[in-house]
Amino acid sequence: MEKYRIDPAKGLEFGIYTLGDHLTNPETGKRIPASQRINEIIELAQLAEDAGLDIFSVGESHQDHFTTQAHSVILGAIAQATSKIKLISSSTIISTLDPVRVFEDFATIDLISKGRTEIVAGRASRVGNFDLLGYDLQDYEELYEEKFDLLLQINENEFLDWQGQYRAPLHNAHVLPRPYEGKLPIWRAVGGHPSSAVKAGYAGVPIFVAMLGGPATVFSRTIEAYRGALERTGYDPKDFPVATAGFFYLAETTQQAQRETYPFINEGMKKTNGRGFAKQVFAQGAHPHDIMNIGSPQEVIEKILYQHETFGHQRYIAQMDFGGVPFDKLRKNIELIGKEVLPAIRKYTAK
Amino acid sequence: MKVVAIAGSIVGSKTKTAIQYAVDLLSNKYPELDVTLLDLAELDVQFSDGRNYLDYQGDTKKVTESIMEADALIIGTPIFQASIPGTLKNIFDLLPAAGLENKVASMIVTAGSQRHYLIPEQQLKPILGYMKAQVVQRYVFVEDVDFFQKEIKNDDVKFRIERLIEDTVTLTRTYQKVQAEKEAEYDF
Repeated sequence: MEKYRIDPAKGLEFGIYTLGDHLTNPETGKRIPASQRINEIIELAQLAEDAGLDIFSVGESHQDHFTTQAHSVILGAIAQATSKIKLISSSTIISTLDPVRVFEDFATIDLISKGRTEIVAGRASRVGNFDLLGYDLQDYEELYEEKFDLLLQINENEFLDWQGQYRAPLHNAHVLPRPYEGKLPIWRAVGGHPSSAVKAGYAGVPIFVAMLGGPATVFSRTIEAYRGALERTGYDPKDFPVATAGFFYLAETTQQAQRETYPFINEGMKKTNGRGFAKQVFAQGAHPHDIMNIGSPQEVIEKILYQHETFGHQRYIAQMDFGGVPFDKLRKNIELIGKEVLPAIRKYTAK
Repeated sequence: MKVVAIAGSIVGSKTKTAIQYAVDLLSNKYPELDVTLLDLAELDVQFSDGRNYLDYQGDTKKVTESIMEADALIIGTPIFQASIPGTLKNIFDLLPAAGLENKVASMIVTAGSQRHYLIPEQQLKPILGYMKAQVVQRYVFVEDVDFFQKEIKNDDVKFRIERLIEDTVTLTRTYQKVQAEKEAEYDF
């Protein structure tokens, strides 16, 4: 766990993630300018740090309705604006980037932030980045596996020789700068399906699992498959952290939380994924065993603790800004997390 | 209500003739409906490669977006090699899993022989069921002998298509009403 800068004795880490979506607020019909959205993301990270959260993360998506395509630049700005909080990507689409350049960027952010930076490398669920950045979608799997492996090799070796199919070979290449403490924690982004988690197990890398909705037990299959693959490959699962990520929103009651957040999630999903979020599934999200953490602070605390019991994970990352949620609501949520959620979670999960 | 009719083959005229008849009847009987005909013979549709349906371009995007926006589908298909043509299967492959949820789907099937009568039951209905469509169980099966010079000659076929259209609209309206009532029960 030390390799990933995680101290399990401190309990479950708590973070925020944003995909950097740039959507119309369905209640006002208005969309804030991109400049405001990006600056609010930076401000949200500062508020999260002040409230005592552990992590802030920003993802890249190369489609309409998004604004953090250059997510590493935004993380650089956050590095400058904060001093304690960990900065991670959620995720970096390594398939259509050059791993050398990604490592240079993130090692630099790590130096600016004095050792607070991590990479979560993903494959993209929407694929606008392939055409835009000049890659063939036919190579979706192979690009990811090869480039992710190269990124891991660069992290482990200051000098390296490398040859592959999708990038020019490297001959005794010296990739600089090196991170603050020599290496970066690098995670594999995993969707719902266990097969990607199993590959992370074979490679011996930690996983960051995104979860939309459904009972926690369904997702624990993915995590169990991962730990099984780690063991079969000769790793000790105790050395590898697991992060989970999903929808989060707090209000006084669960009903109010659902009312306040449903239109944003539903309309946001329609625009970014082409299909809304079924009310039936959303309603089930209120169940104590569902992974959707939308409700009153007390109910959400109990859910997160149940998830911690089920998954034995080290990190929970909340997505609460999706769909054009206005900033005052985000600020209020951060306050509630700091005042009510964090103390309870740390009390029960710290050793 | 948005209705999309699909002529699922890029060869021959029987399926197009039958589906065009259905579309004309639908537009005359229910002028308030928004009806689109997707004739695959006139569209350049690529093979599915698993991407999100919004990420396709050109005619492929037009097809996927029209279907995803539809409340009801009227699917016209011939029978090729004891199944639906690959061109039609590709349309389903372009869409998300459960992509026909909350949509009503009905079928008009053309074939050269009565021996193909149960093919839609065994080949097309399972796909529609897997994709969570509300299927109009009775379909119209039209034989080669019922067409002449790109027109339907058999009155019985015309009557059956008329009933299929009525059933499709009735089931869609009913489903939408029930769905709206159910949605209104949630307080968010």
